[in-house]
Amino acid sequence: MVAIAEQLLEFPNKPSTFEPDEPGFDTLALHAGFVPDPTTGALLTPIYQTTTYRQEAVGKDKGFTYSRSSNPTVSALERRLAALEGAEHCTCYGTGLAATTALCLALLKAGDHVVASQAVYGGTVRLLNQILGPFGVTAEFVDTADEHELRRALKEKKTRFVFIETPANPTLRLTDIELSVRIAHEAGALLVVDNTLLTPALQRPFEFNADVVLHSTTKFIEGHNATVGGALITRDAALHERFSFVRNAIGAIQSPFPAWLTLQGVKTVGIRMAQHCANALEIARYLENHPRVTKIFYPGLESFPQHELARKQQSAGGALIAFEVDGGVAAGIDLMNSLKLCALAENLGAAETLVTHPASMTHADVPAPQRVAAGITDGLVRLSVGLEDPIDVIRDLSQALGERKCAV
Amino acid sequence: MKTATRCVQLGTGTDSHGAIVPPIYQTATFEQPTATEFGEFDYTRSGNPTRALVEEQLANLEEGKFACAFASGMAALTALTRLVRSGDEIVAGAELYGGTVRLLERIAATQNITVLYADTSNADSVRRIVTSRTRLILVETPSNPTFRIADIGKLSSIAHDVGALLAVDNSMLSPIFQRPLNHGADIVIHSATKFLGGHSDVTAGAVITSNPEVHELIAFQQNAEGAGLSPFDSWLLLRGLKTLSLRVRHQNDSAKKVAKFLESHSSVRKVFYPGLESNPGYEVHRNQAEGDGAVVSFTTGDPVLSARIAEATQLFRIAVSFGSVGATISLPCRMSHASIPLALRHRLGPPEDLVRLSIGIEDVDDLLEDLSQAFEVARVTANELECEVALAASL
Repeated sequence: MVAIAEQLLEFPNKPSTFEPDEPGFDTLALHAGFVPDPTTGALLTPIYQTTTYRQEAVGKDKGFTYSRSSNPTVSALERRLAALEGAEHCTCYGTGLAATTALCLALLKAGDHVVASQAVYGGTVRLLNQILGPFGVTAEFVDTADEHELRRALKEKKTRFVFIETPANPTLRLTDIELSVRIAHEAGALLVVDNTLLTPALQRPFEFNADVVLHSTTKFIEGHNATVGGALITRDAALHERFSFVRNAIGAIQSPFPAWLTLQGVKTVGIRMAQHCANALEIARYLENHPRVTKIFYPGLESFPQHELARKQQSAGGALIAFEVDGGVAAGIDLMNSLKLCALAENLGAAETLVTHPASMTHADVPAPQRVAAGITDGLVRLSVGLEDPIDVIRDLSQALGERKCAV
Repeated sequence: MKTATRCVQLGTGTDSHGAIVPPIYQTATFEQPTATEFGEFDYTRSGNPTRALVEEQLANLEEGKFACAFASGMAALTALTRLVRSGDEIVAGAELYGGTVRLLERIAATQNITVLYADTSNADSVRRIVTSRTRLILVETPSNPTFRIADIGKLSSIAHDVGALLAVDNSMLSPIFQRPLNHGADIVIHSATKFLGGHSDVTAGAVITSNPEVHELIAFQQNAEGAGLSPFDSWLLLRGLKTLSLRVRHQNDSAKKVAKFLESHSSVRKVFYPGLESNPGYEVHRNQAEGDGAVVSFTTGDPVLSARIAEATQLFRIAVSFGSVGATISLPCRMSHASIPLALRHRLGPPEDLVRLSIGIEDVDDLLEDLSQAFEVARVTANELECEVALAASL
């Protein structure tokens, strides 16, 4: 696969396992899976806002029977997302967590064990512990970036799958996908990658033999903060069959209109991600040199501890930056409140730059020692860099950081 | 096929996936078979499969041959007025929707078109006014909000005698109760926002005719001026049409009861409703319509009391427009007809104390109870409101 907008990406030499004569990513984002409307030639997939389909004869349908099972608009999105990840199969869901739920219900039974990244999305933790826990599923959260810890967690357990999120949010710690796949497979487990933060524009876990890729399409895939949605993508036909079965049985399918909006949004995912990354790198370089910034984590910076791993499995640094300001929690809150352009929000992946102070916002409920152990220190700030001119974001950060005196 | 069946069964199209509900063709462009051949659709401004379905359905329900769907009722009326050329005359009903009057006045002022207002409930007065320059007679029957009845058959003869077209705005009754093309009208106009959509969720209009030349001109306008109905709104309208027959019949029955209730209420001076024998056009109306609609008006003799009644209702929402599943109440003089230019308002505007009700599909007993209590509250506190209304009027 030809890398998208290569001049904008930081790691243009990343080797690709795709055939050179395959269509480029941006081409796929626009065209993959599109079947011209046979009756009218419509250039966009119609919104099939219908529950039911007329059958030609008893038991003889035209591929669709009921929109809880499948829907032509949703199917078009599924073909597109599968192609972008370099896979064959995809099922779309009403939300990212509905996709995670279907994943768990398709793979787990009482007594089974799951290993997940320590810094996995909080909703995933809640689902595994509070919803599936009472049904006899045990989940263990470990630092999947640490090979030994991962091996230890898998030892002599009925682990069905390892669930990783790389980069982790908000610490941006990376997990080596290729290595994790090997370790998981050796233990007879599947490897699932939540690829929400990078999208296939920047990271394609199937190149490293991952078994399942999960997306909250709410974030960068749709990219406009206009829909909620999720997807499970796989190259394994049997796994896909199970996901489809569960989705139909629990009724978690994406609805046609958000599927259509996502089809429209994903067309620009390549150029959006390239711009997100270019902006993030510029902002990260600015922050790296700011006297009040004591630490900065951005995979695109050479100073990033796992920069080599980033170069191996990503084609750019992504849109998220984490940094620490001096002055602890108070300074973090102060910074949040001084920002004018960057919006204070617990979401990420939008066209607008969003900023979060995990210690006082997303992770405020986590006891301090546990929080710090996970790398979420008091002064840590997470920036989801948007598509504004990066100069304006830098100006905003500059005024917010500059006017603050050292709090300690 | 009976109307209720046609409402449900038609307008579904034939889809390659067998979808029971037609897809929303939210696309701007269509792929052409070759560089020089065009398919049925090429660009959504000119034509769109979802819109084509709703147009087919609207034509069918009005028992016409062609329909064009527009982004609003006013867009439909604008397209209609394009049939009239510089130097021509339009004869218009003396009680038209405020927005229509505003449009006609603008055309009159800028395009060298003469607009004559006539009491279209009196065919003779229309006959006296038309000339060889008259190109269009435009009426609402029943008119809004005092339900004067125009004799569609007579007006069509008068129009045709001078080579003019008769256009009837059928928004008040919908084709379930009245199909003006069958009585000689050349064109039917709809604000589909009203009963046709029926759920207050879509703004739409339509021009329906069986005359191919008229249709061609209207379709040309639709494309040239770009006011066609969008695919999503077309889909919502198709959805609304499924229950049109059910809704308006139910609303009609309830409105009849409300009109009877109002007639017997001591605070009411006069009730306007096409189904009341006291309505001057009752006989004509009975000959050309099968129902009376769901809009009822009344006067109280006191604009302050009328305003107070509107504000005292709990179920009736104070809102412009009519024809929705939810009951609404309005003071036309201040709301829907406020856009009639000042110079004409005294002559064409509705009475100051007129209250207009649009009856929804709520249980009619609840609506009657609501009106009862509103009358009671209003009677007690009407005096307190006097100064507020004076203030509002000055704004």
